[in-house]
Amino acid sequence: MAQDWLRDVKPAYDVIVIGSGLAGLTAANRLATCGYSVLLLEHHYNFGGMATWFKRKGGHIFDISLHGFPIGMVKTCRKYWTADIAESVVQLNGIRFDNPQFSFTTTFDKADFTDKLVNHFKIPVERVEEFFKFARSMNFYDDQKLTIRELFERYFPGRLDVWRLLMEPIAYANGSTLDDPAITFGIVFSNFMSKGVYTFQGGTDKLIMKMKATLKANKVDLRHHALVEKVLVEKGRVSGVLCNGRTIRAKAVLSNANLKSTIHKLVGDEHFDPDFLREAAAVRLNSSSCQVYMGIRKGESIPYVGDLFFTSTHPVFDSEALNAIDVTSRTYSFYYPDTRPGSDRYSIVCSTNANYEDWITLSEEDYKRAKETLIKGVVETLEKYLPGVSSKIDHLEASTPRTFEYYTRHVGGASFGTKFEGLKISQNLPKQMGGLFHAGSVGIIMSGWLGAINYGVIVANEVDKYLLRGASPSAEDVTAPAMSESGV
Amino acid sequence: MTNEQIRQAVLQIISVIAPDEELTHVKSDVPLRDQLELDSMDFLDIVMELRKRYSVEVPEADYGQLASLDSCVTYLAPKLKDK
Repeated sequence: MAQDWLRDVKPAYDVIVIGSGLAGLTAANRLATCGYSVLLLEHHYNFGGMATWFKRKGGHIFDISLHGFPIGMVKTCRKYWTADIAESVVQLNGIRFDNPQFSFTTTFDKADFTDKLVNHFKIPVERVEEFFKFARSMNFYDDQKLTIRELFERYFPGRLDVWRLLMEPIAYANGSTLDDPAITFGIVFSNFMSKGVYTFQGGTDKLIMKMKATLKANKVDLRHHALVEKVLVEKGRVSGVLCNGRTIRAKAVLSNANLKSTIHKLVGDEHFDPDFLREAAAVRLNSSSCQVYMGIRKGESIPYVGDLFFTSTHPVFDSEALNAIDVTSRTYSFYYPDTRPGSDRYSIVCSTNANYEDWITLSEEDYKRAKETLIKGVVETLEKYLPGVSSKIDHLEASTPRTFEYYTRHVGGASFGTKFEGLKISQNLPKQMGGLFHAGSVGIIMSGWLGAINYGVIVANEVDKYLLRGASPSAEDVTAPAMSESGV
Repeated sequence: MTNEQIRQAVLQIISVIAPDEELTHVKSDVPLRDQLELDSMDFLDIVMELRKRYSVEVPEADYGQLASLDSCVTYLAPKLKDK
């Protein structure tokens, strides 16, 4: 008989969380510490959503998105998780660029960027400071009509090299383009500039194991292989979920699934008013990704060449070219033995942004070929910087938008959630349906590891309010989140 | 609760949220953000703690009332007078 992944699950909970991305895990933890009974359902066998890893023969471990978040992660982990988790957050010092416009290594913080902008790019220091000041002062309530392109035009007119320096890493971090609202750049960029780029020492596996242990200690009922098919609705309010064919009741349901799947698939269009649906349908998804995983054979090593490496042969920063299937703009994350203290292993993960449509339309044969081309381009480029590396690689594997769609069930394999307009829809969900909440990557700002965790906290706060009111909807307007400190 | 008890209660909450901050010299009439490294997530945490500990709800529109210790006391006093 097939294993019953829901064995001994209770018939009802205060809250059911769908999905175990960092927002889902964090919201579950917050609500459990508030004293609610919480059930967390994850369809995959691993927890973490995009904060995940996998193992391969030959002792390889590959992290999907471990490198790098802003310093804010330390405080966030300490407040919403444990001091122990916060202590494993460490800085990455070597952020390297190489493209036709410039080539150098930076610590990716304000001091070093100021130095680069003044001494390398010859921008007057007053201009640089004005720019930092403006970026730092941006918040959610600002005019959202100003685009990133206009922001750059204002401070660095015609300086496409500067635009690239400022934009390329953020585009990889959250999928934003020059035509997105400037605020989505300003907040995320400023968060990084405060102290640089950080990672989690011990690897994603250690982080998620620690989070799971904390959740268990706080009595969250954790289930994997548990696919939620439907959010159940009674009299205009959620009443529970249908999971693996079983009905489980709950006063509130917090979806950490993709925003669009939450509305259209899990709940169903028939439960929403047409205006809301129209607005939800207009929300644009963010782009997807490809990754190539390169495992270095046991006993071999590679020299330190930086932690994060942005490389491109494309003449300028170009959002479309960044997503194209024949992309040459890539990010390499180098994982040295330090990543997992006690290990002697090296691995390299190359990430590129990608369009779902380019990959989903391929025949099986063309798909296989496209993957091979992707891998070949990645290894050949790496060979230029690390001669001989290809002979040290004994595991090579690629993931594409199809892979991301399969594992995360995100519409369009979206790896950075939705564009900015998704935030409003996410926040208005509880007004549309009593007890229905969403937390996950929306609006670029609430994305990345730090953004996801913080958004989980913000939404847990809303769920707490709802449950304290006796699970009745509020007349009060849905709140604007504490946004300025969130983000990647 | 008396005004002094409210002041102490708010400080107690801040000490949990920002354990590294030195709170003994916090001035009551100066905005907390000018004296301590508190961000908007911290203020959300203060609101959540007030709800958990004292069943007091602070709507988003009133977050500005929590700017300094003095304004916290003024704002919270009527809500906490019977607690």
